[in-house]
Amino acid sequence: MTVMKYLYQAGIIFLFTFLGEVLSRMIPFPIPAAIWGLLLLFLALCLRLIRTEQIRESSTFLIALLPVLFVAPTVSLMEHVTALLGSLPGVIVLVVLSTVLTFLVAGRVTQSVRKKTGEDV
Amino acid sequence: MTEFLSGSSFFAIALTLLIWRLSVLLQKKTGSVLLHPILMSVIGVIVILLCTGIPNSAYQKGMEPFSWLITPATVCLAVPLYEQVKVLKKNLPAICLGVFCGTLTSILCVAGLCLLFGMDRTMTVSLLPKSVTSAIGASVSEGLGGLGSVTVAVIIVTGILGNVFGQVMYRLFRIHDPVAQGTAMGTSAHVIGTTKANEMGEIQGAVSSLSLVIAGVLTAFLIPLLAPLIL
Repeated sequence: MTVMKYLYQAGIIFLFTFLGEVLSRMIPFPIPAAIWGLLLLFLALCLRLIRTEQIRESSTFLIALLPVLFVAPTVSLMEHVTALLGSLPGVIVLVVLSTVLTFLVAGRVTQSVRKKTGEDV
Repeated sequence: MTEFLSGSSFFAIALTLLIWRLSVLLQKKTGSVLLHPILMSVIGVIVILLCTGIPNSAYQKGMEPFSWLITPATVCLAVPLYEQVKVLKKNLPAICLGVFCGTLTSILCVAGLCLLFGMDRTMTVSLLPKSVTSAIGASVSEGLGGLGSVTVAVIIVTGILGNVFGQVMYRLFRIHDPVAQGTAMGTSAHVIGTTKANEMGEIQGAVSSLSLVIAGVLTAFLIPLLAPLIL
């Protein structure tokens, strides 16, 4: 049964999410469960403890879902608009400018290093 | 009516999913970058909440099962990461250098603009980690006496900016290389930007996932170190 297969895949994904949660509680450093879980699952895949086939469909599904999942946290912004009202124009300029600059620097630095070392992927 | 809808367990999710569908159709019809599904859905939901008088807290409660899936969905980014491990290994120095310079740019740029705009210490600390994934950003900000909720708000706006305007910026800044495109997105716009990178291509998606992890960890180290010098 394919449904059972997907449930098993989800079980593995939740196991690594849980392990990430354990690490984030044990290690007193601001790395969240999601990042620890991602690293642990990546490690398990590299060490071949888990094969990609064992989680492919469910992980593809969850990744495709991500943009929808961010709608609700973004709606919460409506509460902060009034709280930030005094410094809002400054904050907007700051957020836009720093995001564009970060994007530009990160992209151009990587691109120029890759050009120097040879273009192929 | 308002009371009934606020207490409903399923209204929020039904509303969000159907508005999402409309937003996706709207973008397909118009082909406009600005009419991004996340942006349009958020505006749609906010308008409906304001019109019906449903408080955001009730909406958030209804969306909990969905919001709760963000963590396992982020963990799943390990799969595309692993599938591109060869590309990542080969380009690790280029990616790391890009992420490092980008992260430093973000921190210094925010610090400089806060100084320019005369923002107080609390506000500056809350804005510093604005380019990284929200859980890291919020704890870094709170650890230094910032407001976690403000941090999460600017982090989300940053992510949406990257997601919506990423392709415009690639053209504007002539970033054509897929590895560089992924680095730019993951470093500047964390998970929300990475969802766009995943749609663009496997290499962009994997590099963006890796970049957001490195940028997040780097920021968690750098901001507490640099804060005494900046503030």
